[in-house]
Amino acid sequence: MLRPSRPAPVLDMNTIVPGQPLIEFKDVHIGFDEGEVLRGVSFDVSPGETKVFLGESGSGKTLIMKLAAGLLPADGGRIWVMGHNIEEMTENELLGFRRRLGFVFQEGALFDSLTVAENVAFRLREENVPDPEVDERVREALKFVELEAALDKYPAELSGGMRRRVSIARALVDKPPLVFYDSPTAGLDPVTSQTIITLILRGRDLQGVTSLLATHRVQDAFGLAHFRFDKDRNRVVSVDGNGARRAEVGHEQAPELVAVAASPTNVIVLREGKVYFEGSAESVLHSSDEYLKKFLASAE
Amino acid sequence: MPDTSETPSVLSFLGDVVKRQILALQDYSLLSIQSIANVFTPPHYWADALEQMDLIGVGSLGIVIIAGSFIGGVLVLQTSSEFERFGETALTGEAVALALVRELGPTITALLVAGRNASGIASELGSMVVTEQVDAMRALGTDPVRKLVTPRVFAMVTMLPLLVAVADFVGLGGGFLVAYVTLRLGAVQFWTTAIRALAFGDLVQGFVKPLFFGLIISTIGCFQGLRVKGGTQGVGRATTSAVVISSVVVLAVDFFLSKLLLYIFQK
Repeated sequence: MLRPSRPAPVLDMNTIVPGQPLIEFKDVHIGFDEGEVLRGVSFDVSPGETKVFLGESGSGKTLIMKLAAGLLPADGGRIWVMGHNIEEMTENELLGFRRRLGFVFQEGALFDSLTVAENVAFRLREENVPDPEVDERVREALKFVELEAALDKYPAELSGGMRRRVSIARALVDKPPLVFYDSPTAGLDPVTSQTIITLILRGRDLQGVTSLLATHRVQDAFGLAHFRFDKDRNRVVSVDGNGARRAEVGHEQAPELVAVAASPTNVIVLREGKVYFEGSAESVLHSSDEYLKKFLASAE
Repeated sequence: MPDTSETPSVLSFLGDVVKRQILALQDYSLLSIQSIANVFTPPHYWADALEQMDLIGVGSLGIVIIAGSFIGGVLVLQTSSEFERFGETALTGEAVALALVRELGPTITALLVAGRNASGIASELGSMVVTEQVDAMRALGTDPVRKLVTPRVFAMVTMLPLLVAVADFVGLGGGFLVAYVTLRLGAVQFWTTAIRALAFGDLVQGFVKPLFFGLIISTIGCFQGLRVKGGTQGVGRATTSAVVISSVVVLAVDFFLSKLLLYIFQK
């Protein structure tokens, strides 16, 4: 269950080698009493990439997030994250390793006995950051998710969407290079879901975060692939498949085409515990595979 | 011919049950050892420990005082009739003191605190598990055993002996009141015989036991809470298990501890 630990060392995370994958899964297996859930999953995530995991409920999307963050041990295979073999790390080493990651849980997983500000400040307090700096960074993080007014509220007083936004602020407060989003839009209305995707875009395009996102909503994958956050305009703008900005969000016509570097967003579709499809969002959309067509139709 | 096709599956089922129990015992032992070891290494969560000391110590004071005083009173009622038969009512204080300090004070207080706090700990930690707050804590780089379990164990182990001391005192007070009203026993006579009856070994028995009981109640409460599965239903099951298991283990350990301490101090 829980392995013995001493004070967690903060690992050297300057092991990100350009050209090398930030995350590498090789033939990863995991199962529970009900049977094997992941049956040999392999994929890479490059620095700066956004990898979106699509699949039916129970296909293992959340498991992949938890395995990559070292929250669960795999039954077999190899998992390398930021130059570290997760399977060889002790729980104590994993604690230090996770301090350099962000994790947004499906329901937010906010500490219900702490206020919003205390939730966001949790990691900073653990690292003994001085109080004035904690206050400043918490306000900055909550401003990022547009929830400055909710500082002193408790999670129970917030709506589902607000809780997810606080969870994103908590994950990004320490500006981690890698963030895991576990179904951040599940159970939310379309407008709130779009707000969450905008925040993920901002994290990616303003802070250069590498992201893994588990979702059952195809729109999330296309939102991340087709849009980017423009710092100069302080708004989300559209990007075409070849990396050209097309139009501002909300404008039906495309008045301008300016080449910009699009963040690579790739999609993995999981089926029966295996990677069924891997490619760009566009290639999923235009695939002639019957299962993918059926899945896209049901997931919209 | 008898049908033997079921035999292997029954055996394998029993084998699985035994294996699961042994695994649970191993996990419990590791959790207990880790929670104690954490006290001696940084980082420490003293604020959390103080909060738990308040919840467990101050929070349980009311029920311990009420229960302690009634137990002392009942002891006098039960023993005085026997002592009256032999004209030895003066021994009432001695009997109450020995029964309370050696046995009833630690055991009844432990059972009361188990009912109140083992359930509270299990339901609180269990709720945190099902809402992924424990995973969130781990994802933020914080050891949940250090942050959640160790402060509770530390608070319980330090507070239970103090609660037992309170229970013993109010028990004697309750006993004296009943002895005064029913037997017309004077304060000097009651308290002198009560205090004289207590040897060093009795006090050691009375205050060593709650250290073990505190460890049992807190670690079982935490263990049951942290292994919750199955949502809110699971939290309910863990809460019940925490109280039942910790109460039974307290009574079983009390038997063996009493035997050991009597052996040591009657030498």
